[in-house]
Amino acid sequence: MRVLAAMSGGVDSAVAAARAADAGHDVTGVHLALSTNPQSFRSGARGCCTLEDARDARRAADVIGIPFYVWDLAERFREDVVDDFVAEYAAGRTPNPCLRCNEKVKFSAVLDKALAMGFDAVCTGHYARVVDGRLLRAVDPAKDQSYVLGVLTARQVAHAMFPLGSSLKTEVRREALDRGLAVADKPDSHDICFIADGDTAGFLRSRLGEAPGAVVDTDGVEVGRHDGAYAFTIGQRRGLRIGRPAPDGRPRYVLDVSPVTNTVTVGTVDRLDVSGLRGVRPVWTGDEPTAPTRVRAQVRAHGDPVPATAWTEDGGVVVELDEPLHGVAPGQAVVLYEGETVLGSATIDATAPTP
Amino acid sequence: MSDHQGRPAGRGHLDRHYLDHAASTPMVPEAVEAMTRCLGTVGNPSSLHSAGRAARRLVEEARETLAEAVGARPSEVLFTGGGTESDNLAVKGLYWSRRAADPRRTRILASAVEHHAVMDPALWLAEHEGAEVEWLPVDAAGRVDVGTLESALAADAGSVALVSVMWANNEVGTVQPIAELAEVARAHHVPIHSDAVQAFGQLPVDFDATGLDAMTVTGHKIGGPLGVGLLVLRRTVDLTPVLHGGGQERDVRSGTLDTPGIVGLAAAAEVAVKLQPDRAETTARLRDDLVRRLSAAVPDVVLGGDPDLSAAHRLPGNAHFSFPGCDGDALLLLLDAAGIECSTGSACSAGVPQPSHVLLAMGVPESLARGSLRFSFGHTSTAADVDAVLDVIGPVVERARKAGQVGAR
Repeated sequence: MRVLAAMSGGVDSAVAAARAADAGHDVTGVHLALSTNPQSFRSGARGCCTLEDARDARRAADVIGIPFYVWDLAERFREDVVDDFVAEYAAGRTPNPCLRCNEKVKFSAVLDKALAMGFDAVCTGHYARVVDGRLLRAVDPAKDQSYVLGVLTARQVAHAMFPLGSSLKTEVRREALDRGLAVADKPDSHDICFIADGDTAGFLRSRLGEAPGAVVDTDGVEVGRHDGAYAFTIGQRRGLRIGRPAPDGRPRYVLDVSPVTNTVTVGTVDRLDVSGLRGVRPVWTGDEPTAPTRVRAQVRAHGDPVPATAWTEDGGVVVELDEPLHGVAPGQAVVLYEGETVLGSATIDATAPTP
Repeated sequence: MSDHQGRPAGRGHLDRHYLDHAASTPMVPEAVEAMTRCLGTVGNPSSLHSAGRAARRLVEEARETLAEAVGARPSEVLFTGGGTESDNLAVKGLYWSRRAADPRRTRILASAVEHHAVMDPALWLAEHEGAEVEWLPVDAAGRVDVGTLESALAADAGSVALVSVMWANNEVGTVQPIAELAEVARAHHVPIHSDAVQAFGQLPVDFDATGLDAMTVTGHKIGGPLGVGLLVLRRTVDLTPVLHGGGQERDVRSGTLDTPGIVGLAAAAEVAVKLQPDRAETTARLRDDLVRRLSAAVPDVVLGGDPDLSAAHRLPGNAHFSFPGCDGDALLLLLDAAGIECSTGSACSAGVPQPSHVLLAMGVPESLARGSLRFSFGHTSTAADVDAVLDVIGPVVERARKAGQVGAR
């Protein structure tokens, strides 16, 4: 096959490209330039798309012996991922930009361009497996990234290649070293790549401006002030700046964020429990379930999946959880699994508190 | 006919067709031989002992050869580290010396299609040294109008530090009326620099007869080594140095002279001048063939630059095309995969293509500018190179166009 390997400059995508080439595919490496003003160097594990990353990707391609190019997707990334991220927070929701990037950039803009140019597949360093056209969890549970790929359609999965899905991260690093790839000991990237300093609240404030408002308890009594409700996410405990302690002395968490009234509601942890949720814009990697189906539902990238029953309703999907989950925010994706296999996903629109 | 129909084939054992001589051209055997002969010898040309004198002799012989080749006196030939250094030295050096002599001289007049090596020093002077840069507009062919320079100078020649107009453009190959421009500058007693990096070797270049005050030439565009170039500087022109140190080159440029590089450059220049008429004819014939056949194969292709392909108007080795609806980077990838090495013609940082300022200055719409390719011929080009392009260009353009459509919104 003619394979386009997306190479971030990190160890995973480098080994993925090398494995694709070893498998006999015609591999071409591309580095996606996602930042309009790339910094020269990365600091620690944060940020990406620095000029140093582009160079690392190029050197890996040299070692593997494949052609290498840089594709400028900065505008696409800004519109589809960064602007969307800001808009979602402004609307009181909690987006996952990695998932959005996979959905709109890597497996849409890049894949479509690649297919048009005559490539057959896009290869990335994600930890997930594709078996018989279905998306499966990676073998390494600590690295499994099937959640952030759960938004892919069956067509997108059909053209995706994840050569690392059956390996442990430790094996991948060792292999990189054996292959003479200089990125072998490069730190893993964490956090949101376009917020290099890790200060999400500060980033949102710079985009949305300060909007002071009230922090209230579940009775509507003001217990503190905030600089912008958009900076809070359901389940958050830190950074609430509530002056006086709760009457019962228990810690308080964000229960709700209302952009309309610019209010943050706080309360005790038990109030975070949800017994069910509703997802919109579902995507099915396999067949759409026609009847209530037993699934495992996962609502965040590194959260344990929980047993649940899911069915479609009015074009959306309803998920009834066997055991309550807490800290589920609208905007997050719920990915449904049948064992190891991804069935589909949806964007959480509403949650039902425990009765 | 290759079997890949324009599809990318990453690692096939394809014949390579190098059509990017404007970026760098292979060294001629004469230069390789001359250079390798002195690589193993010791001697700093500035040393006074026998080894130093031997090296100095090689450098000075090379200087004389190069002076002859470019139409200057030996004392007017300054060795530098290449085109970018020569351009920086000319623009900054002339600006500083002219302003030091008269603080009113802060205007820099340069064509809007200059290489970044001229453009960026001018912009740097504007940002840090109080320069006012006026970009001389070009017509649709990329040519500066002599009358435009005349008016810009006539407005207030006393405030102009320098004029800089390239001899021929690196992207679209347009040849400037450099002698006329020099005459106008001279009439107003303003020094004029020209970047002749692309012109030298492709066109007859005579520094003195053209009436220039400073001229840039570089080795690796004429079959010589990388990393060595010339600033040809009229004896009467003062220049403030950029690099300070031992003062090796007329106290204008410091740094130990690169004897092997200089010897290689001289050998290449000698060959380039001797073979210039023949090579120009050969490359022009190949280029004309490409233009004619590619225009027939891709009916909506737009030839960039001057439609008059004669050497008075356009570099004989240059072909430039814009492909509507295509991205230059997609075309480049697909052609590279088919064994054809060309260029989008524009500078890039981290490999990210930007629409060319040259094309934008010529009035080419940004969307069309983004779908541009430059094919440049040189002394190793053959008819097989043209055939190879024609073998794949149809399907390649078709695929790039599809890729462009999915990218558009």
